Amino acid sequence: MESFVSRYKNALVLIIVLVAQLLALAVQARRPAGPGIDQSSVSLLRYTVVAVVTPPERLIVGTGHWIHSLWSGYIDLIHVRRQNAALRQEVLRLRIEQASLAQDAAQGQRLEHLLDFKEHYIYKTLPAQIIGTGGTDQSEVLYIDKGSDDGLQQEMPVITADGIVGKVKDVFPHTSQVLLITDPTSGVGVVLQTTRTQGILKGRPYGQLQVVDVSPDSRIKPGDPVFTSGGDQIFPRGLPVGTVERILPDPEHDPLVDILVHPAAHLSALEEVLVITNIGDAQSPQEAKDIAESEAESEAAQKRASDILSERLPSLYDPNAPADTNPRVTTDASGNPVRPPAPPIPIHPDQFSPNAEPSAADMTPGKRWASVKYGTEDTKPSSHPPAARPNSTSTSASASSPAPASKTTPAKSPQTTAPSQPKKQILTNGPSLPHKPASTKHSATPGPTAPQQTTPPASASPSPQPQGGLR
Amino acid sequence: MALMASTRREADTQSFPLFVYLLTPLLALGLQSFVPLVFSHFSILDLPLLVVIYFASTLRTPIAATIGGAILGLAQDALTHQPLGVFGIAKACIGYTAASLGVRIDTESPVSRLVFTFLFVFLNDAIDWVLVRHLLARPMPWEWLHELIRGVVNTFVALIFFALLDRLKQRE
Repeated sequence: MESFVSRYKNALVLIIVLVAQLLALAVQARRPAGPGIDQSSVSLLRYTVVAVVTPPERLIVGTGHWIHSLWSGYIDLIHVRRQNAALRQEVLRLRIEQASLAQDAAQGQRLEHLLDFKEHYIYKTLPAQIIGTGGTDQSEVLYIDKGSDDGLQQEMPVITADGIVGKVKDVFPHTSQVLLITDPTSGVGVVLQTTRTQGILKGRPYGQLQVVDVSPDSRIKPGDPVFTSGGDQIFPRGLPVGTVERILPDPEHDPLVDILVHPAAHLSALEEVLVITNIGDAQSPQEAKDIAESEAESEAAQKRASDILSERLPSLYDPNAPADTNPRVTTDASGNPVRPPAPPIPIHPDQFSPNAEPSAADMTPGKRWASVKYGTEDTKPSSHPPAARPNSTSTSASASSPAPASKTTPAKSPQTTAPSQPKKQILTNGPSLPHKPASTKHSATPGPTAPQQTTPPASASPSPQPQGGLR
Repeated sequence: MALMASTRREADTQSFPLFVYLLTPLLALGLQSFVPLVFSHFSILDLPLLVVIYFASTLRTPIAATIGGAILGLAQDALTHQPLGVFGIAKACIGYTAASLGVRIDTESPVSRLVFTFLFVFLNDAIDWVLVRHLLARPMPWEWLHELIRGVVNTFVALIFFALLDRLKQRE
């Protein structure tokens, strides 16, 4: 036995080491993935390695930034004054622009509130410096110089001004591990801006991004922006993710496609990131204060602009002009209120005039009660007397024809009007046209709704009161 | 045969100062973690693997090489987000194999270094792929072109790296 061990001790050591690590791997793989599930021994090992490796990296990065800040802060200061003035102007312009956008945003928020939509706003961010990487192609992770002592926790989103970067995976006292969105094990809820298609963004090998298992849509084109949808409960909605690069068929899920996405953030050249440490469903006090300040500045700027315009342009009302000699009169000479103008007087009745159509008992089936001219029944009394109608019977036509009645019995044909005039009146519904004098033959045919048409009042003058209606 | 070790070389005991044993793995881990920030393609290199290959083939002690490879691999695992043990198993195997071959192969010959470094990079990646793909059931592609480039780059970097470490040897 002793000779066996001594003879195969090298192989035995190898087997023991491999079996121990395989068991450890099996235990780790059996546990579900998620935050904070590492065993204490695993966390201790990770913590030990990170504590050994990252301090020199922090030192190197810190020294590099110190040299860079020394150069940029004291040596490379040419044209700073001019740039400062230009930037101040830019800030003023952007503040005014922001105010107008803030109003739109506030309106959108009100509408979302009405729809009971919970929007997540970024309350607070923490800037952090990148100090290291995972070091392999298989693991797309970064190390930042902020940890639990700075308030960082697992699953906090990490972004830059260009777009999202990843999320905090492991937190150490002074360091944190950030899982990049390009890692195959990461997942981000995204939405395509043009088609509003939602999907899950995952990493591909060698640092690529793809939205997996998307229904094919011909409207999806390269260059379309991709934003976070907020569905992953980690990233707030609306953060830029990237742009569509190309669309690939998914061989495993035949009708579906994968969309390759070019990341908005420069993930291969990151130096500083922002960790979102607080997210809420309402605006932060600082955001509300900024918006209020911007709105106040915008109103002040608009007021100044309107004052300048009012000084430069002539006024619509001249205060030195004489008093109005023809004020609008609402009462007549006796003090009674002026009546509104009456509808126009019809010239002759037509088929639409009340009581112009004979009763059903007097009509004969298949026979017209008026002649047809230009596709419509002509009821003009002058051109088509009832006796001349080809299909009219002598008894019924003579007894109930509206044409002679409009001439002889004004009470049965109260409204006679010109064919085009009522339509015009309906459309304009403004001041009535001046009525013809009562000497005309149609002026003696007052309708039941306008009995005083025979004696138009003084208000029916060429300056009538306007009435409300369509304009 | 030129690649085979001579009797004199087999009897030659090689050692390094203590700081070399301590600092070289740490430096390899640090560079592997930091340099990709500046030069992203640096991650195609596997400096801890080169360290394991060099010390295993030079010291020719399979047990030490196995344990040393496992420790360095576990440290490399700890810097990633994957379960601990993937790189540990691969580098333990590489350390054992390199130490076993170092007894028979002239490890100071550039040709032999070129050949076995290229083969060990392939073997290391193959063990990684099997573990990640089939034991952890995680997506990991195997692309021959990428592996070929990776092997060639690591091999030529290993020639320079091994030559630098040769200068730190203490011959007795």
